[in-house]
Amino acid sequence: MRGLSAWRAREAKAGLLLVAPGLLLLVTFLALPVLASLVLSLTDFDLYAVGDPSAARVVGLRNYARLLHDPVFWKALGNTFFFVLVGGPLTVSLSLGAALLLNHKLVRFAGLFRTIYFAPVVTTLVAVAAVWKYLYHPRFGLLNAALGLVGIPAIDWLGDPHWAMPAIVLMAAWKNFGANMIIFVAGLKAIPESLHEAARIDGAGAIQRFRLITVPLLAPTFLFVGLTTTIGYFQLFAEPYVMSGGDGGPMNATLSVALFMYKQGFRWWSIGSAAAIAFVLFAVILGATLLQRRLQKGSEA
Amino acid sequence: MRALAAGLVLAAATACSGGADRTGPVRLWAFGREGEVVRELVPELERRHPGLKVEVQQIPWTAAHEKLLTGFVGREMPDVAQMGNTWIPEMAALDAIEPLDARVAASDSVKADDYYQGIWETNVLDGVLYGVPWYVDTRLVFYRSDLLAAAGVPELPKSWSGWRAAMEAVKRTGGSGHYGLLLPTNEWAQPVTLAVSAGAGLLSDGGRHGAFRAPEFRRAAEFFVGLYRDGLAPPLANSQVANLYQQMAAGEFAMYVTGPWNLGEFRRRLPASLQGSWATAPLPAPDGMPWPGVSLAGGSSLVVFRSSPRKEAAWKVVEFLSEPATQKRFWALCGDLPARRSAWDEPALAGDARTASFRLQLEHVRATPKVPEWEQIAAKVWERLEPVARGAKGLDATLASLDADVDAILEKRRWLLDRKAAEAPK
Repeated sequence: MRGLSAWRAREAKAGLLLVAPGLLLLVTFLALPVLASLVLSLTDFDLYAVGDPSAARVVGLRNYARLLHDPVFWKALGNTFFFVLVGGPLTVSLSLGAALLLNHKLVRFAGLFRTIYFAPVVTTLVAVAAVWKYLYHPRFGLLNAALGLVGIPAIDWLGDPHWAMPAIVLMAAWKNFGANMIIFVAGLKAIPESLHEAARIDGAGAIQRFRLITVPLLAPTFLFVGLTTTIGYFQLFAEPYVMSGGDGGPMNATLSVALFMYKQGFRWWSIGSAAAIAFVLFAVILGATLLQRRLQKGSEA
Repeated sequence: MRALAAGLVLAAATACSGGADRTGPVRLWAFGREGEVVRELVPELERRHPGLKVEVQQIPWTAAHEKLLTGFVGREMPDVAQMGNTWIPEMAALDAIEPLDARVAASDSVKADDYYQGIWETNVLDGVLYGVPWYVDTRLVFYRSDLLAAAGVPELPKSWSGWRAAMEAVKRTGGSGHYGLLLPTNEWAQPVTLAVSAGAGLLSDGGRHGAFRAPEFRRAAEFFVGLYRDGLAPPLANSQVANLYQQMAAGEFAMYVTGPWNLGEFRRRLPASLQGSWATAPLPAPDGMPWPGVSLAGGSSLVVFRSSPRKEAAWKVVEFLSEPATQKRFWALCGDLPARRSAWDEPALAGDARTASFRLQLEHVRATPKVPEWEQIAAKVWERLEPVARGAKGLDATLASLDADVDAILEKRRWLLDRKAAEAPK
């Protein structure tokens, strides 16, 4: 017995030694910074403290309390939820649609189309934004010209507070659907053709086959795609930053939580308050992820 | 907390490099177009001071503020830099910039009384001078003189009531889709300019509290929101004005309160047929107050950094760029208006009626409150006034909540001032 436990202890020590390099990196570059920002979020570290550290005070949860009373924060949170709830499903459906098309046996040059659809994902956002700004131009934009052909009056996409966020959603969906599409294609390829054949012999139509074979067998892919898209979309930053010139305008219509955090931190240098926003965003994402997992697990069972 | 902050500073210190040697070139940071143009002035400076080398780093305006602050944290500051004059309080609070009183007193070329006083004042904090004005910005009225004349208004009125009547007349003659004034809702300078015209202090007790409930600010706010409420100005943000110059040419807006950068733009972008039909004029004043109305003292100054090991050489750069002859050349290169009165004797500047309006306006400018929190406060002004302009909220309640917002922003400043006062007797 003693021999065995001594062996186990040695084994544990060796194991610890083996994970040590990884653990060390994780602690240095993840745990410590997170801990430091948690501490920062409990202080009023700001511009004055940058010059004179003694000007920083511990304020407990005041940063968090203030956020809850800040209408701009709620506006940013609302915008972010709009983006996730509208943009997320839109992006995932686009990805699935494109994947189904690409996976169809009658489609020729599938590889070419896959590359084309994937191209926006690897294109620099700043370049994409420049082009989309032209597309959205109220007078000379392609989009309004197309709408004009069917008699819809011009929309001021980026200038009108009601349309600015939908415009960002549209651009983000176009930019991002290719990544999920690739994952869906892989998922679809993994579904054995024999199942479809058997169903067809049993008289199942295309819609039935999609609902009863494709969807259930794609469930793990859906879970993965859904989660990564949700998490990514909650962190919305670059799209409104570039499209609104870093401001989140017009009238905060495209201000996301992450952009609000950036403005607090690097425009007003309220570092403490920015750190608090980061933790609130983290809590929101964690909550949304757990909820989504539960829902999808529930529908699977 | 102290330990953490000390850690941050330590990390910053170890990242420090360069700059320690006294003989290297003078590093000058300049922003946007100014950064491009100042390069052309350098050869003359180097010719006059053999041994002096200047290295210009051009930084885009949109990145400038962040770059200055991260530069400070990372101890990577230049020797001398252009500085938007509203940023000076912040840089002074960080103790990043050098007081210049002694150098100006000893200087043969920088003469305080040759500068527009309101502009000079933006560089003075608690009696200490931190910057020398380089070029100036202020806002006044650009207008379509033909549209005003057609509406029976021969020249821009000098009082607010006359101004408003002119907007009404232009709107009547123009018909629907035509407005008296373009008043972009996202430019905080618009309501704040009206407020300083009305004599509002904006902050009180040396920048400890908001003073937005004061009768002066209330008067300006009432005038401001009334223009939207009565349809004299469209409730549009800048971004919603697709092409300012086309719309100005089409007569959609007859007037716009804007700055000298638009002198060149109006000349370039309005069609040739309209070149005789636009003019500028100093701001109208609130009824009962002397004309012209007071505008905001904007523009950029030149500052020397405390961390610089080459302050003597850096000051030579400031002196050179401040010389009337250099100022004239700078104006010719990029159109930035000179900060010195004596540079305005240049015939091209003095002889042009549109530019001359600026000369008069510059004698009547005031600085925005000189606290580091100002931009944050300014952003709140429209945020709070917007529902009033839409008619969704009352003015008095709004001004009270604006004061509450601003008092919350200034809480830290009050604490620091109190702490300083408590430490002083020791």
